[in-house]
Amino acid sequence: MKQGMRGLVVALIVAATLAAPASAQDAVKVGVIQPLSGSVAASGNYVRMGAEIGRDWINAKGGVLGRKVELLIEDNKSDPKEAATAAEKLIVRDKVPVIVGAWGSSMTLAAMPKLEEYGVPMVVETSSAATITKRGNPWVFRISPPSEMEALGLEKYTKDLGIRQADFLAVNTDWGRGAVGAFGDLIKRSGAKIGTAEFMEQAATDMNAQITKVKAGGGDTLFLTTSVEQITLVLKQAQEQRLVRKVITTGGSSSPTQLIKQAGPAAEGTYHIVFFLPWFPEAMPDGTLAKAFVDEWAKRGHPFEGLTEGFRGHDGVLTAVEAVRIAGKADPKAVREALWKVDIMGVNGPIKFEKDGPAGKESGQSKPSIFIVQVKDGKIALPAFAAKK
Amino acid sequence: MDQLLQHLLNGLLLGATYSLLGIGLTLVFGLMNVVNFAHGEFYTFGAYAAFAALALASVNFFLAIPLAIVAGALAGAVCERVLLRPLRGQSIDTVMLVMIGLWIAMQNAELLGWGGVAKSVPTPFPTQPVVVGPVSVAPLRIFVFVVSGLLILGAHLLLSRTKLGRAMRATFQDRETAALMGVSIERIHTITFAFGAGLAAAAGALLGPVFLLYPSMGDLASLKAFSVVILGGLGNFGGAAAGGLVLGIAEELGAGYISSGYRDAVGFLMIVAVLLLRPSGLFARAERVG
Repeated sequence: MKQGMRGLVVALIVAATLAAPASAQDAVKVGVIQPLSGSVAASGNYVRMGAEIGRDWINAKGGVLGRKVELLIEDNKSDPKEAATAAEKLIVRDKVPVIVGAWGSSMTLAAMPKLEEYGVPMVVETSSAATITKRGNPWVFRISPPSEMEALGLEKYTKDLGIRQADFLAVNTDWGRGAVGAFGDLIKRSGAKIGTAEFMEQAATDMNAQITKVKAGGGDTLFLTTSVEQITLVLKQAQEQRLVRKVITTGGSSSPTQLIKQAGPAAEGTYHIVFFLPWFPEAMPDGTLAKAFVDEWAKRGHPFEGLTEGFRGHDGVLTAVEAVRIAGKADPKAVREALWKVDIMGVNGPIKFEKDGPAGKESGQSKPSIFIVQVKDGKIALPAFAAKK
Repeated sequence: MDQLLQHLLNGLLLGATYSLLGIGLTLVFGLMNVVNFAHGEFYTFGAYAAFAALALASVNFFLAIPLAIVAGALAGAVCERVLLRPLRGQSIDTVMLVMIGLWIAMQNAELLGWGGVAKSVPTPFPTQPVVVGPVSVAPLRIFVFVVSGLLILGAHLLLSRTKLGRAMRATFQDRETAALMGVSIERIHTITFAFGAGLAAAAGALLGPVFLLYPSMGDLASLKAFSVVILGGLGNFGGAAAGGLVLGIAEELGAGYISSGYRDAVGFLMIVAVLLLRPSGLFARAERVG
């Protein structure tokens, strides 16, 4: 009996080792780095689900270069150090020709030196810090908007929003600090006053001190930049302290539907900058594609609130694979050259890279669609001023 | 002035939860000489146990908390029997390494079981705050504050007034003599560790509904618990209770009046200062136990 078991195990191992190289040779590997655990895990998992839809759709249409697409998904544990390790692992061990990642700006920035060291391009699907495309890392191609671009998108609504004095509460990372700068410039340009800028650690759960301070400042608007988990806590704690503010979240990771679920009445009236409108997919640049994505998401039983993150994974994988197709081979250098030629329609809208950063070492930056929604009567609505424009 | 009052109230509410986290850790260290790196994981365990009872088994909120405490204490008892008992008499470093292993194993088990996405715990309390003059506070926070205070008081009374408490203190002061006096040493070890784990689970069950649940939530809790214990003096029960309040208020005032970006730094600077000036803790006494 024992002998038989051992034989079976050996046979299995042999079969597995024989099978592995065969499938690896066949498939085009795309590395994905996301926070699948840790303080921003919800978002990372949604992006992963979207990436899987992207992969399955591409494979259903015959894959790329006649081969299947395979995703190698690594967890960066919401930790920049782990993001660098994950990038190295994907590049050195798995030899991926292109990576999609790594959600948070600090995580992406930590992974970026590895891209340059080994010469592998990365499609950045979520990160908002301006520095990512300004550092002169020619292996970075971003499809998410930097905070400055978001602020420009909001500019046409500043009069309608009626901001007189704005305060800032942001996560103490490259993303949060960058957003405070970008939206601060917007407020200055619009002629409104800037109150205080407060920060919180990524894993912090008690933000009462910051809220008390904001409350004492007497502004009318609060820009909130962090993950949906912390937004939930801030909104709840703001309600406990009776902080009355026009709250505007930035970065597109606020998942308004999840906020309604978890923060309840505390989310009422808040504004959210988002890059996908799963509530009104027909309003997206490619309504049919957006609708199909929303339907597929529901069919897989993924939670609706994840859609505002999930589309990023789809668009990231779509971009990466399109570059492999243009390159004609799964080689990192060829894929980087090909990324400049990508011109494709994603769930968010058209994806096409323009040069950004110091001359000669430019990163790619696409110009994504940006929207603003409001929580009204426990539902998501386009604010009246945005609907008419 | 209004702002200061609100900051002090916030700090007090936060500090009470730090105290509750700290006393479990300090007890296990002071009485057993075990540095429990898995303390934060028992906190997480308690939070998820309460969530499981509430959301999955639809138990009443006020019943879910004691259930979570009991579950946490049981888990602690099992850990003591399986992991710590065979290590009795080993050096503190060996035990520390085992506890670090337990921390990693428990956190990953939670990740495997519950997934990485944060969960929120429903409570029967209204979300509208109670307003007293210039300050306001959520009813749930008041409940957590009161229960934390009662638990700390209860733990203190158990240690100082009961026969079991006396047996616990006697065992860790002098094992052999206590055994000669008829104290069951093995039982006391198990009970002490279960007690510490139960207190951590209580903190988790109480704070889970205030914040959100995710598998790595225990890391922050551990960090705060260790800060509190160092501040109050290792193994000093009263010191941990007071140290929690001091840390909570210091963080709150530091964030409010110095810089919110350095909120945690304020707490740690204070700890560095305490270690330099009063290395045995702010509230050090000659005796380490109890």
